[in-house]
Amino acid sequence: MTSITVNVDGASYTDEVEPRMLLVQYLREQLGKTGTVVGCDTTNCGACTVHLDGRSVKSCSVLAVQADGHEVTTIEGLATNGELHPMQEAFHESHALQCGYCTPGMIMQAIDLLMDNPDPSEQEVREGLEGNLCRCTGYQNIVKAVRAAAKAGA
Amino acid sequence: MTATTDAPAMEVGRDRRRKEDRRLITGRTRWTDNLSAPGMLHIAMVRSPVAHATIGAVNVKAAQEASGVVAVVTGADLADEQGTLPNVWSITPDQKVPPHPSVAVDTVRFAGEVVAVVVARSAAEARDAIELVDVDYDDLPVVLDTRDALADGATILHPDLGTNESAHLVLDFQTEGAAGNVDAVIETASKDGIVFEREYEQQRLIPAFMEPRSMLCDPTGEQIVLWSATQIPHVLRVLLALSLGVSESKLRVVAPDVGGGFGGKLQVTPEEFITVLVARRLGKPCKYTETRSESLMVAHHGRAQHQKLTLAAKKDGTVTGLKVELEADMGAYLSLLGGGTPTLGAFMFNAIYKFDAYRFDLRTVFTNKAWTDAYRGAGRPEATFGIERLMDDFAHELGMDPLELREKNWIRHEEFPFTTVAGLEYDSGNYEAATAKAKELFGYDELRAEQAERRDRKDPVQLGIGVSTYTEMCGLAPSRILGALSYAAGGWEHASVRMLPTGKVEVITGSSAHGQGHETAWSQIAADALGVDFDDIEVLHGDTAVASRGMDTYGSRSLVVGGMAVVAAAEKVVEKAKVIAAHMLEASPDDVDFAGGAFSVRGTDQAKSMAEVAFAAFAAHDLPDGVEPTLEGDATIDPNTFSYPHGTHLCAVEVDTETGQVTIRKYVCVDDIGKVVNPLIVEGQVHGGVVQGIAQALFEEAVYDESGTLVTGSFTDYLVPSAADLPTMVTDRTETPATTNPLGVKGVGEAGTIASTPAVVNAAVDALRPYGVDDITMPLSPQRVWRAIQDGADR
Repeated sequence: MTSITVNVDGASYTDEVEPRMLLVQYLREQLGKTGTVVGCDTTNCGACTVHLDGRSVKSCSVLAVQADGHEVTTIEGLATNGELHPMQEAFHESHALQCGYCTPGMIMQAIDLLMDNPDPSEQEVREGLEGNLCRCTGYQNIVKAVRAAAKAGA
Repeated sequence: MTATTDAPAMEVGRDRRRKEDRRLITGRTRWTDNLSAPGMLHIAMVRSPVAHATIGAVNVKAAQEASGVVAVVTGADLADEQGTLPNVWSITPDQKVPPHPSVAVDTVRFAGEVVAVVVARSAAEARDAIELVDVDYDDLPVVLDTRDALADGATILHPDLGTNESAHLVLDFQTEGAAGNVDAVIETASKDGIVFEREYEQQRLIPAFMEPRSMLCDPTGEQIVLWSATQIPHVLRVLLALSLGVSESKLRVVAPDVGGGFGGKLQVTPEEFITVLVARRLGKPCKYTETRSESLMVAHHGRAQHQKLTLAAKKDGTVTGLKVELEADMGAYLSLLGGGTPTLGAFMFNAIYKFDAYRFDLRTVFTNKAWTDAYRGAGRPEATFGIERLMDDFAHELGMDPLELREKNWIRHEEFPFTTVAGLEYDSGNYEAATAKAKELFGYDELRAEQAERRDRKDPVQLGIGVSTYTEMCGLAPSRILGALSYAAGGWEHASVRMLPTGKVEVITGSSAHGQGHETAWSQIAADALGVDFDDIEVLHGDTAVASRGMDTYGSRSLVVGGMAVVAAAEKVVEKAKVIAAHMLEASPDDVDFAGGAFSVRGTDQAKSMAEVAFAAFAAHDLPDGVEPTLEGDATIDPNTFSYPHGTHLCAVEVDTETGQVTIRKYVCVDDIGKVVNPLIVEGQVHGGVVQGIAQALFEEAVYDESGTLVTGSFTDYLVPSAADLPTMVTDRTETPATTNPLGVKGVGEAGTIASTPAVVNAAVDALRPYGVDDITMPLSPQRVWRAIQDGADR
């Protein structure tokens, strides 16, 4: 077991973890941050996307020990004082989710995308979300939501 | 007191943002894998790496001694109590149904079948220990294709059955006044008309819902509680009780938030049985969550059908008859619906067309692959693909425009209601209107002109246009029809509408949602019916202890059956409330009108609101004689008939003849799903549905190697398309209300998937006609397209 200290969604946690424990397992199983979900075992689906020091990572491809001393933001840490992040609002407004399983990862990735490119074209949004799979929406409203959030200055 | 109510705008038809979203976009969701119970143990499955073998020794000692392991259970351990997984659809009286133990006892018949179960204190320890279970397999020959399985001398998967054919169903239809059956019609056409034959392949697909299946069983209370990521909590409860000998009243099944299904969670699974059996045996809560690789390997697959179609027609293109011969791959065992899924296609091959004679001939066949069952559309996409591919190919044969050929044969709008050759009465439709709108949005004539121009100049990137004028049957289903088809259960749906003392409302539905937006749509329906605020309504579903009766969600049935139950239950509430209100107002119920949430005495300003009546019914101090306290309504709706959405989808693709790359340039769909409760939700269903159909056309296939190992066992190899792979589509609607339900709705869950696959393939084939190409097997990978071009040139 290894001791790690991680700041997750604004709170600091110190825990003993197995060296092989994935960040997503640490978030879900140890911290109860079940908003971040697992959709595959090959890093293809992006359902587990979180921010590590402000940039998106697939938390199934990061070990918990690698997060030691770093800052993690999950979907549960996005809203501030009950006010949704503009990207969360945009997903709601554009009906960019159905079952919602991919949604936390999709939102985290979309926020990251806008950090690099604050006003992406439709094609740039599609390419920027390539690593996140959705089976319900056909992506059309997700693309719409991300562009709407960009317009709103998210 | 006087209630004054401004008549609120109607909720039905509004673009309401979904109630469901808040928890989903903030990560406060109850997926099954998020749940835990005190003392909970974790299950991992030891799965067969081989597709067909007899099981020798199963050595569990090392696993039993591993860290954290509580128990290792084999098929032999469970042999006396595990029973067999259920099949509920006897498509023929002599259908052969092999026993299907949840944990294999002496033989495995597909790669991935469970041979032992490890239970440990943590999920990681359980997974570690499965590597320590040592199983001896004596390999048997594998049969992977239905044709091989039916050939003389084939290895028989279930020797006791004596054959790999589960059933052979022949349905012969002819209209009144027809000259004879399909053989006679084909015979006539062979002399004075045209007989046109084609074979198509419906590849095997994997539903690939995003939430892997998960289940948690807590046996420690008075009731055994099973939480499961399922589409069918009610059906599952009944079948668990029947199969495992547990009293139904001692079982509660909960489908909490469920992350997609698409038919893939319309199953009663070995994993659910195992979780219940093991939890019961150990007396502790147990959870199993599959990995994605397991999910792709063993959660049921869909489609998987060889199709042979023979069309009879007059020389002018008037279709006179159709013969359909199918071999459907069941996989190693018969699933819950089994042969019933391809059977649903029997009523849809004739589609929107009028002709006299039709035969549907289906063989369901066992192979050493994962079992198959419903996948979005369930039998109807396969049928629609067959007939719509055939119509495009036949139009080409005749030198006709594919839309012109369709128009020549389709049911005209003034002919509704129309009884088809398959015996269904289509209540309404307007194929002309949907097609005209689609052509205009698409720019059909302009694209045809561009196509001709590109052909002329031998552009290496060719343009193709594909058509799909689909219909489908929704609203599964009238119980009497299901009974006639030897399906074991009915197709009704139940709802309760409860006025709470505070004027808030609970709507309880037996239709268990997993992404469809029931909480929003049902609130809209109930808001209109009761005249209460949308936000004052809570929709409860997915728990057999809350929604006591239900038939669950599949087959685009929720709105047409479940939604109508909400309407009927709300009507009962209003009826009872009116009696109470009249009493409160000292008037006769006949003199009381209900509008906008208020009961008023005609010709006066005396009124009571629904909330006031609800409180009076709760307090019960002064109710009319014979009226029971509390205010709620219960309704169970069994539809009289199906509903028939239809539409016209047009697809333009560009095919690079040098690389074989197919790119969708334009996709237009005009769907007619009757009246719409929430246009936003409808559009989302169409987008997602169309994309799943495009995915079948271009990307997805469950591929096995010659030993029966699933090659596409991860998302690296099974190509669920990403945003970057897909076009933006144009969606629109025409609105021809259903005449068979009070809201005029038809259902939309599967329409896009049913429609889009043939539109895309027709477009690609159309692009390559000048290259001698008349078919390309799906998915249309660049390699396959390129190969088809080379083969065409060789002809």
